[in-house]
Amino acid sequence: MVIYGVYIVSKSGGLIFNHDHNIPRVETEKSFNYPLDVKLTYENKKVVVAFGQRDGINVGHALTAVNGNPVTGRELEDGRDVLEMLEQPENFPITLKFSRAKMTTNEKIFLASMFYPLFAIASQLSPEPRCSGIEVLEADTFRLYCYQTLTGVKFIIVADPVQPGMDILTKRVYELYADYALKNPFYSLEMPIRCELFETNLQTLLETIEKSGISNV
Amino acid sequence: MTIHNLYIFSRNGTLLYYSEWNRLNKSGITMEEEAKLMYGMLFSIKSFVSKISPLDPKEGFLYYKTSKYTLHYLETPSGLKFVLNTDNGAQNIRGLLQQLYSQVYLEYVVKNPLCQLNEPIQSELFKQKVDALIKHSQYF
Repeated sequence: MVIYGVYIVSKSGGLIFNHDHNIPRVETEKSFNYPLDVKLTYENKKVVVAFGQRDGINVGHALTAVNGNPVTGRELEDGRDVLEMLEQPENFPITLKFSRAKMTTNEKIFLASMFYPLFAIASQLSPEPRCSGIEVLEADTFRLYCYQTLTGVKFIIVADPVQPGMDILTKRVYELYADYALKNPFYSLEMPIRCELFETNLQTLLETIEKSGISNV
Repeated sequence: MTIHNLYIFSRNGTLLYYSEWNRLNKSGITMEEEAKLMYGMLFSIKSFVSKISPLDPKEGFLYYKTSKYTLHYLETPSGLKFVLNTDNGAQNIRGLLQQLYSQVYLEYVVKNPLCQLNEPIQSELFKQKVDALIKHSQYF
């Protein structure tokens, strides 16, 4: 049972707070012979697996290191192009390390503003009148809970599908937000939240819930 | 328990079939526009889910829930999308969607040489069978 992350989206759709809690690292390192039996392509400034899932290396995983040297974009530290390098037989055997691409802060901001219209369209396409936006969204690997306050701020929690009591947690986070972010005289509305007290309290809250469940908070 | 409506989309976003049973709220736009809006939303949700997922997703998006209804989603490997709106009480609609695909769509559309794939389904028989399956399910 894990909570993966907490996000707060302001009324205008901007990400004002994000906290990664327990993001599992998916990493595999393996040595390969020529020719390479996974197909790699370059997209979104990353070298990713396009085809040929095997041994924990899945489609969509990004190449992070070659023989222990980190890869940035499509280049190694010394400026060599990774894809060109993998086409030459003399570089083999070679050790490649793949990992599931982690979200950068920019991507999180992008995703937060993407959730905003989804939330609105869900209520527009409703077959019943006077319907709210998305409250729970489930995929096979996680469940997302969203609580929108009367003032339009959204509290979003991404957790394991079996973790109970997350709808209550969104409200608890709202309480913390009201107590520690809004009452902070140095915090201006709609701006990213950088309040130490808020963060430490949130951290403790998440840890207690993971250890002893929602009933104790 | 109620089932509100059903959308079937092809892999490139054409609305193949739409049917409604209990729908109180009209979206106020034409069916064509509504289908585009729905497909666009599902497409975005799919990419949203694959990015925000902490682990590698297999099936990806399953359903979302609002205060009044739940939207269930099933996508086949060939890209066919089944979307069913029900009330929040319905559990395990996935089985029903799979049934719809394997027992109705495959039987009366794919096995019907007069039905063009990727075009709206005109077959009367298909309509009847969908209606029968939904009306006889325990969720209706």
